[in-house]
Amino acid sequence: MSTSPEFWTVADTAKRVAAGEIGAVRLVDTMLSRITNVDRELGAFLATDGEGARRDAAEIDRKRTAGQFAGPLAGVTIALKDNLVTKGVATTAGSKILQGWIPPYDATVVEKLRSAGALIVGKTNLDEFGMGSSTERSAYKKTRNPWDTSRVPGGSSGGSAAAVAAGLAAGSLGTDTGGSIRQPAAFCGVVGIKPTYGRVSRYGVIAFASSLDQVGPIARTVQDAAILLQVISGHDPRDSTSLDLPIPAFAEAATGDVKGMKIGLPKEYFQPGSGSLDSEVRTALERTIKALHDKGATTVEVSLPHTSLALPAYYIVAPAEASSNLSRYDGIRYGKRAEASDLLDLYCKSRGAGFGPEVKRRIMLGTYALRSGYYDAYYKKAQQIRTLIKNDFDEAFTKVDVLLTPTTPTSAFRFNARATPLDMYLGDIFTLACNLAGLPGMSVPVGLTADGLPIGAQLIGKALDEVTMIRAGSAIEALGGLGDKRPSGIGGI
Amino acid sequence: MTELAQLLEDYEPVIGLEVHVQLATRSKIFSSSATAFGAPPNSLTDPVVMGMPGALPVFNRTVLEHALKLGVATSSQIRAKSRFARKHYFYPDLPKGYQISQFDEPLCENGHLDLILNGAVKRVKLQRIHLEEDAGKNTHVGAVSHVDLNRAGIPLVEVVTAPEITSSEEAAEFMRSLHRLVRWLEISEADMEKGQLRCDANVSVRLRGEDRLGTRTELKNINSFKFVQNAIDHEIARQLRLIDSGGRVERETRLWDAVAGQSASMRSKEEVNDYRYFPDPDLPPLVVDGATMATVLRTLPELPVPRFERYQKLLGVSADDARTLVGDRALADYFDAAVKAHPGEGGRTIANWMLTELLGALNAANQDISQSAMPPERLAALVVLVETGVISGKIGKEIFEESYRTGEEPAAIVERRGVQQISDEAMLWSIVDRIVGANPRQAQEFQSGKDGLFGFFVGQVMKETQGRANPVITTDLLHKRLGR
Repeated sequence: MSTSPEFWTVADTAKRVAAGEIGAVRLVDTMLSRITNVDRELGAFLATDGEGARRDAAEIDRKRTAGQFAGPLAGVTIALKDNLVTKGVATTAGSKILQGWIPPYDATVVEKLRSAGALIVGKTNLDEFGMGSSTERSAYKKTRNPWDTSRVPGGSSGGSAAAVAAGLAAGSLGTDTGGSIRQPAAFCGVVGIKPTYGRVSRYGVIAFASSLDQVGPIARTVQDAAILLQVISGHDPRDSTSLDLPIPAFAEAATGDVKGMKIGLPKEYFQPGSGSLDSEVRTALERTIKALHDKGATTVEVSLPHTSLALPAYYIVAPAEASSNLSRYDGIRYGKRAEASDLLDLYCKSRGAGFGPEVKRRIMLGTYALRSGYYDAYYKKAQQIRTLIKNDFDEAFTKVDVLLTPTTPTSAFRFNARATPLDMYLGDIFTLACNLAGLPGMSVPVGLTADGLPIGAQLIGKALDEVTMIRAGSAIEALGGLGDKRPSGIGGI
Repeated sequence: MTELAQLLEDYEPVIGLEVHVQLATRSKIFSSSATAFGAPPNSLTDPVVMGMPGALPVFNRTVLEHALKLGVATSSQIRAKSRFARKHYFYPDLPKGYQISQFDEPLCENGHLDLILNGAVKRVKLQRIHLEEDAGKNTHVGAVSHVDLNRAGIPLVEVVTAPEITSSEEAAEFMRSLHRLVRWLEISEADMEKGQLRCDANVSVRLRGEDRLGTRTELKNINSFKFVQNAIDHEIARQLRLIDSGGRVERETRLWDAVAGQSASMRSKEEVNDYRYFPDPDLPPLVVDGATMATVLRTLPELPVPRFERYQKLLGVSADDARTLVGDRALADYFDAAVKAHPGEGGRTIANWMLTELLGALNAANQDISQSAMPPERLAALVVLVETGVISGKIGKEIFEESYRTGEEPAAIVERRGVQQISDEAMLWSIVDRIVGANPRQAQEFQSGKDGLFGFFVGQVMKETQGRANPVITTDLLHKRLGR
């Protein structure tokens, strides 16, 4: 095991800090200086909070010296996607319109991490308000893929995935509205979990599409992701959509045991109409399926007949809700306010200057879909499609325990490679349905392409059954898809 | 130009009201932020009220109980599962850029509110009652505008009537009845000066006998009972004169200026917002559970109009008195308590004493019934003393005054002052006989037809007995003694 903490797991870090093998302050200093060195080129962080992290680290060291328990994540460094609200630390959601806003409160997930002893090292880059799949739509900077700096890290949680892959934090949180945790996790060769809708509080999560958004962990191992999920899950009286249900022992689910497990292979995901599934991705999935079979799992082909409707339904629901959620950015109470001659001018100029083109595009799409007289034709119809998609999954889950699909049709693409919005949207075809149905999903690395780019497999679980999904994920992880390879694209790694 | 009265013979006004009532809860409808009137600007806010990024609404269940009381009291159909919807528009007093309201699945529908109009009960249909959050308040000081969000998020119910109110008097009476009802149910203070009860009116006119509604205008900012009547009258007249002079009513929103006594166009139909309603994804459907409904039904008081009818039919109270008694729940409750304490059927008499002596004393001290120094049981006891002839009505008023002032029991005052009425015929006869004998000239004049002198003799007897003589017996004996 490495004596330098950059690539220690969450579990290992917590153990070492608790044992006094390394002081939390020393650990966080090492991580912060690594961020300083590496992130100039990587661009994963929008801001770091060295002062806050050191202060909290000192408190952990004080508690440990005094013989007190400092929390299950004491000393574990965490990066937060910058759409998670942090008290006293600037939060931008990757948008100019929130430039300079210092939130007066912490998101529930941030509170939970802090009280577990986690050290928040900084806020990571994202596509503006989570709208994008490459982090290229951030209003602030470019984030590079640590495996190949000429390529995107995926998105919208690109900064969170890149930071973890590059060893700049032990784990991170992202948000996933249509694949925004799983897709960058796949591109960056890390593990990302989107929990069941309602499992994790959305209080303090800057909303993109409220009925789809969910916070989840990104880590380098399945167990690490499970440990983080354990900490952030649970009912929150401040979020009316959060579920008041007991939290299973996620952290103990990563057993790698899939004997007798029935794994469904949705045929529509392996033969998409566009034929865009990359052959290397397909080969990696087929190898994984065979290996799981060898471990005692049975694999069953299933059908999700309404899969092709997921993308159009998503691009009604998500922009409609986004157009509403983003109405609050008017330049009146916080964020950027333009100089203007009257009220209408103030709105037009503030929003005109504050939002980027992709955000504007989606606000317009959503505004159109919600026009008086069009609700039935668009939003309501899309909600009906959601029910059909959900029914597809329910039907499939009468036969199988978990579903296995590629996370993305291809590995990480080059900057500016997805020229039109539709090209970009089509990259998310495998991840959207999971959000529309509210189901848990995760991405686990299964191998590298010939060019050395990570490939991810997606697991989709039954509602509330993250445990089976995590168990299957740990079995895939144990196949050793990435070998002992680490990202090599960034200098200093 | 045709006279207005003439036009009103041909045309019929049609009025629909949209009334906002602030519900009296301690915290706001979607956050734990406190509610109060007159607090320093923006002191009653939190991330939810401010519409900060990431903040989420959580429904305050007390609001549901309050709204259900109104729904039940108006015999509305209650939706077991209603929904919150977002209503979008941009304005600085609306922090999220949308108001959380209800749209196609409101809590209550198809109810009615009964008004007491000219002594009779008139029923006004209610299309719906729905829940929503109040907006903040903009104030303008010179070129600077301020936004106060203390009011933002205060729970509101919006009560929408069917377009079937036919006069401004009826509209004003509707407002008074709703005001009384929500106070009666203790769900709102409904102080119009504080904006706790606000009214918008949709006004149109049509030829009598016509089924279709005329083009309507919406009047905003009519925030007193008097303004409701004035603004609607003014608008009816404006529309009729417009039509009479060959013009056409335009669909528009008009703002009432109470000082100028006229309205001005605020925005035309072309400028009407598309609110882009859709179900709020942050809030699950609002479910009316059995326990909440049971609590509401159990705690619902007897309502004003049923009481108005009961007071007349069962207690013999006049329509006017009954209407006054149900004007305020505390007044009606006082009356009921006094009637209950009375051993017989004292309703009519108690109403008289309450509305003259008690309200007189309260008004003189600028107090309301809740501040009454005389409990209902004591008023009932006093009424009994008068009814059973222990004291005269006149003495009764003095006893009331003293008892009200000192808190002493009426019977004790009567005993102490020795003012029991003299009903002993023999004793009164000797007094009557002596007085008539001592005033032969007046007796003669009365006997020869000067009726006015009868009062002189009554007065003399009362003077002799310090007002204690039973007036009925005294009258009877005087007639006998004077021979006419």
